[in-house]
Amino acid sequence: MIFENISLAITALLSNKMRSILTMLGIIIGISSVIAIMTIGDAMTETVNSAFAAFGTGNINVTVREQNAINRNNMVQMPGGMGMVVMTGGRGTFFAPQDYELISDVIIEEFREAFPDEVAGVVLTHQGKQGAAWNGDLFANISVTGTNPDYILANNVTMLSGRFLSDSDLEDMRSVAVVSDRFVSNMFPDGRDPIGEQVSVYFRNSIEIFTIIGVYRHEAMGFGFSFGPAVPDREIRTPMYIPFTTARQDVRNRNHQAMTVVAARGVNVIEFTDTIIDYFAEVYRYNNTWGVDATNMESILEEAMAALNAISIAVAAIAAISLLVGGIGIMNIMLVSVTERTKEIGIRKALGAKNRHIRLQFITESAIIAAIGGVIGATLGTLIGLAAMPVFSMIMETEMELVVSWGVIALSVAFSAIIGMFFGYYPANKAAKLNPIDALRYE
Amino acid sequence: MINMSDIVKKYFIGTENEITVLKGVGLNIQDGEFVAIVGQSGSGKSTLMNIIGALDRPTEGQYLLDGTAIEDMDDGKLSDVRNQKIGFVFQNFYLIPRTSALTNVEMPLLYRGVGKKARHDRAVKMLELVEMGERMHHMPNELSGGQQQRVAIARALVNEPSVILADEPTGALDTKTGNHIMDIFTKINREEKRTVVLITHNNQLAQLTDRVITISDGEIISDIKTGGGAANL
Repeated sequence: MIFENISLAITALLSNKMRSILTMLGIIIGISSVIAIMTIGDAMTETVNSAFAAFGTGNINVTVREQNAINRNNMVQMPGGMGMVVMTGGRGTFFAPQDYELISDVIIEEFREAFPDEVAGVVLTHQGKQGAAWNGDLFANISVTGTNPDYILANNVTMLSGRFLSDSDLEDMRSVAVVSDRFVSNMFPDGRDPIGEQVSVYFRNSIEIFTIIGVYRHEAMGFGFSFGPAVPDREIRTPMYIPFTTARQDVRNRNHQAMTVVAARGVNVIEFTDTIIDYFAEVYRYNNTWGVDATNMESILEEAMAALNAISIAVAAIAAISLLVGGIGIMNIMLVSVTERTKEIGIRKALGAKNRHIRLQFITESAIIAAIGGVIGATLGTLIGLAAMPVFSMIMETEMELVVSWGVIALSVAFSAIIGMFFGYYPANKAAKLNPIDALRYE
Repeated sequence: MINMSDIVKKYFIGTENEITVLKGVGLNIQDGEFVAIVGQSGSGKSTLMNIIGALDRPTEGQYLLDGTAIEDMDDGKLSDVRNQKIGFVFQNFYLIPRTSALTNVEMPLLYRGVGKKARHDRAVKMLELVEMGERMHHMPNELSGGQQQRVAIARALVNEPSVILADEPTGALDTKTGNHIMDIFTKINREEKRTVVLITHNNQLAQLTDRVITISDGEIISDIKTGGGAANL
């Protein structure tokens, strides 16, 4: 019966091609816009995902903060005494922690010993001065990043030659530097091996000399929006990594306001972040003003993903309104069709068709119109997504890959069919309930 | 076969326009008869046909078809009766457009739930009976009026109904073609032993049957056995 109804429906649709196409148009527009938005949204999500992956999702940023600013997943567990701090400390305090209130090397050492299996590394960084290396006509813009050997664990650094910073570089406060390939091509255009070469770096108030010990590959940021004049390649400012201790020579504080803990492979980063918060709450239990907060990329990534998805879904929901319009269009045309075919309905009833046979026939017909519209719409939407990809790649400044989500396509075709059934039910029921005598006599 | 007693049909019941179309009709038709119901338009013959054909229920009275009471059946049951006990032939053929002769003939079997293969075989057999076997894949608009009516007869016969109910079956055809259609009815009455009820306003046509029932103003005014309509052919 279903098969006969489908072939009957297709015959009916083919006998009125123009009308069928116009009826489908609403569904086609609705489905294609939803699919296009979903496709582009998926591609953006994918891009953001891989960009974050480059940052390292196993990294946990640990920072000394005011107690009341610490964001714990379950605030309930806060010890009673801290509640008072929230009130007395209050927002708007703008004094900085004293050096003794920051994280000392001893605290870091103890922390590492407390979690030998969970902690792969602790990265300390000091964002230093900006400057430029000069040598005659040759120059390269740099920004100094003081760090330690663990940096390479937390960040996606690809060494091209030489080595990264070592513990002894830090202990001896050596004036050594790891520079980018961009730096090398600017400063050593003759192709000479830069390892072991000395470069003079000019800062606002000083000139310092560094020995190059390694070269890393500079990669443009994974994503980001850039407007305004583009910077010529020659003038791109790249990080120059120097020993943390060297970078902080002129800083009075010996202790650290922030560090990045690199979680070992297989550690549940989100849970471990909470563990770190608890651990430092113990360490800082006698400090009423300052405490230690920890956040991780993974939860930030999750939030970013959730936000992106929410935007996609919101826009798709707006596009879905046109599906409603399409559905009403189907209902309208089915009502016309039922009226036109009143006599046919009468004949069928005289031949023994029951109400359910007639109802099923018309519902099948509207479901098929809508489903065909859904298939065309899904194809069109994917093509629109494909066509839009280069534009978005340009805005996002990164290669985006088209993710054809078959699940979404199948779902949208099924959803169209359901729309067809829903909006086809009323006309079909009207047809089914026709009195056979009246229907036969209808001219 | 058909046993009707005191059939009354009223329309617009309880309103100012209430009208009684059938005023207590009693009618018995035996298995294998070839009967004509004759009457002018407005006489109530169409209403009577609708009730015989289970398209409509009487307001009062009893109607037994093959011993089964029709008057109290719900719509679904009436559909089954139309499907299995009645074969309709209409003045304007009423084939389903854009649907081949074969599919048209298969339709009553489809609604009965007969399988694809059996449906096809049975429909082909019926089309061959009315000499339309060679044109079974044609669409209705590719067939002449006489051919369409033959397809309609095949469709009426396909479920082996108790009664073939033919409403002015030659009304839209020229005399020669009409005579041919009447021959077919005679043939299915004589050879296939089917009960045929012909509804017409044409007395000459009615004379071709075995029994002529005349209806006027909602009542049967005469019921005459012609005793050998076939002899006139």
